[in-house]
Amino acid sequence: MYARTIPIVPAAHTGKDASFEYLTTRKDELIGWARKFSIFPYPFVTACCAMEFMAVSASPYDTDRFGAALPRFSPRQADLLMVVGTVTHKQAPILLKVYEQMCEPKWVMAFGVCASSGGFYQNYAALPGIDKIVPVDVYIPGCPPRPEMVIDGIMQLQDKIARSSHPIITKTF
Amino acid sequence: MDTPLPNPVRSIFEKSLRDDSVIVNIGPSHPATHGTVQIIAELDGERVLRTDVHCGYLHRGFEKECEDHTWHNLIPYVDRLNYVSALINDFAYCDGVEQLMGIQITPRCRYLRTLLSEYSRLVDHLTCLAAGLMELGAMTAFLYLVMIRDYMYEHLAALTGARVTYTYGRIGGLARDLPEGWLTRLEEIFVQYEDFVARVHALVDRNRIFIDRMRDVGVISTADALSYGYTGVILRSTGVPRDLRKDTPYLAYSELDFDVPVGIKGDNYDRYFVRMREMDESIYMMRQLMDMLPDGPINVDDRRCSFPDKPLVYSEIESLINHFKLVMDGPNVPAGEAYSAHESPNGELGFYLVSTGSGTPYKVHCRAPSFVHMGGAHLMLNGYQLADIVPTFGSINMIGGECDR
Amino acid sequence: MTSPLFETLQQELVPAAGPATLSHGILVFVLEPTELLPAVQRLQREFAFDIFLDVTAVDWIGQLPRFEVVYHFYSTMHRVRVRLKTRVGEADPGVDSLVPLYGSAAFMERECHDMYGIRFRGNDDLRPILLYEGFVGHPLRKDYPKQQEQPLVPYRS
Repeated sequence: MYARTIPIVPAAHTGKDASFEYLTTRKDELIGWARKFSIFPYPFVTACCAMEFMAVSASPYDTDRFGAALPRFSPRQADLLMVVGTVTHKQAPILLKVYEQMCEPKWVMAFGVCASSGGFYQNYAALPGIDKIVPVDVYIPGCPPRPEMVIDGIMQLQDKIARSSHPIITKTF
Repeated sequence: MDTPLPNPVRSIFEKSLRDDSVIVNIGPSHPATHGTVQIIAELDGERVLRTDVHCGYLHRGFEKECEDHTWHNLIPYVDRLNYVSALINDFAYCDGVEQLMGIQITPRCRYLRTLLSEYSRLVDHLTCLAAGLMELGAMTAFLYLVMIRDYMYEHLAALTGARVTYTYGRIGGLARDLPEGWLTRLEEIFVQYEDFVARVHALVDRNRIFIDRMRDVGVISTADALSYGYTGVILRSTGVPRDLRKDTPYLAYSELDFDVPVGIKGDNYDRYFVRMREMDESIYMMRQLMDMLPDGPINVDDRRCSFPDKPLVYSEIESLINHFKLVMDGPNVPAGEAYSAHESPNGELGFYLVSTGSGTPYKVHCRAPSFVHMGGAHLMLNGYQLADIVPTFGSINMIGGECDR
Repeated sequence: MTSPLFETLQQELVPAAGPATLSHGILVFVLEPTELLPAVQRLQREFAFDIFLDVTAVDWIGQLPRFEVVYHFYSTMHRVRVRLKTRVGEADPGVDSLVPLYGSAAFMERECHDMYGIRFRGNDDLRPILLYEGFVGHPLRKDYPKQQEQPLVPYRS
């Protein structure tokens, strides 16, 4: 991963002191760097994509190199909700409950095409994509996706985390 | 949340049996229930008094989808039933349709299907053992088994194009023939497999902790197993040597020399060992099949189901129309019904097909061993400790796609 | 492949029901719903059909009676399979439950009830197993549209 330089916004533009902006962007970069390399996934595993999830957690496609190997099986301790496999209407309240129990900051990864859009199960039973009930940050298509695609997805999520702002005090805290 | 989320299931426990017992919900999003099973357990301290097993969280409407697709188009759905051993589902389904159409597959296809069925059985047992051992804490064994499984996935990807769900079976044959050097690589994988599995045996077989956790845990008797419809590894672990490959041979199994491993007591340790021995038997069978594999065409030369070669489709009008009809309408399967059962790693996997003579099926029903096994799971869970639910459930090898279809 | 057991079954099991047919190696009997439970009891006790493989239904919409309930049994001793079929109508789709005979009947009858609405008399636990509480209708019936979803959680806008 290469470091990004974020341009310093001139003081006249925002009405704030330039050195304050410099400190907050640097703080965001630092926190973003720390958060992206210590992802604690909650593997919400349902179906066939679980096979590729197992393969990507083990060698040779290790997720441990990204710091994202250690699954936390309690939503309170996790920050990445990996929805692996088809979510049906019966499972949907469970998914929403787990998502709501997670603390901020949290991200959601839709692993596989069934989680992204329902896949080829367009019928009464399957939820047509988990973004109907939870907001999703990264979609990984594939049925099931190759481990390299999953790693690409994790890296894109890491880029997103690195780029985003990490306020220490939010409106709910 | 202002309004509570709806509860998709209703427990059969109205009130607890005793004053001091507690009713606990395990799953359905739980690492040890393999994703999609909910167990509502009544506990007295750590001891399980009774359980109520709820499956169905992965019901994806397989049968309803099949009624909308042609006989060929639904092979991907069939694949995703038992997604750890996807090829066996393909071949069992194609066998059913071939029975309805009265087609005899070619000898090369028969031997190749047998070889790939045994390969899938190997992958399934590796996955089951890896997951089970990881849940007990044996992370090293998990990594060894998943490493060799990964070699097999890459090898199957060289043949079929996909790692996990292959869609390789076709009605009347297979999608394509073996590429160059595939059998050589298979021999190399056998050697690597023996190395990895020897290490797992050394780590686990006589390990005091493993034996204490698995021996005499999750015991099921033969009478209970037969009454609750158990087939496959669980029935064999109780001591009954019933195996569809020997009892009602199909494909090329009647020509192979293999043993059927059985257990003694029907507990978790027996199931672990039966699976380990079955993997060795599968390797032995595959070595025999590699020697027996004849040359010849893969697909039967029958216009009703086999796709014509692409050069012919582009040059002759008859092949073009044949191809068009097969893709748009599907193969015309004569009216009737058939039930074809294969020995999947979990037990008897059956497909009940009903046709009314058109290119789309009237009904495709899958007799899933995992679903039937869930019906008797409470026998193996009641009376043991809460922590025993994890290895027992792992040794039942419930595959969600097959259980809920 | 016929087995000597098939001739015995054909003569002795349900002689009043008419000739049994052989369908790809499986002997098929078509019975009345009232003859079902005694026939299964005889299969289990006298002819050693110890594994109850499957119960499912076929929806012949447009025909009367509408549903055809199909049972499969396997004998580990004789190594053969048998199929029993019976027809029930839409107004009263009820058959006798096999729960007193086989433990595996519990889950399989729940699934058949879920998908087709067949009532199994004697099985008092017919809760939804593959579907969920609050699902209205029986999806595998031919008049249930495939894409009619009944979401439990309202969709985000």
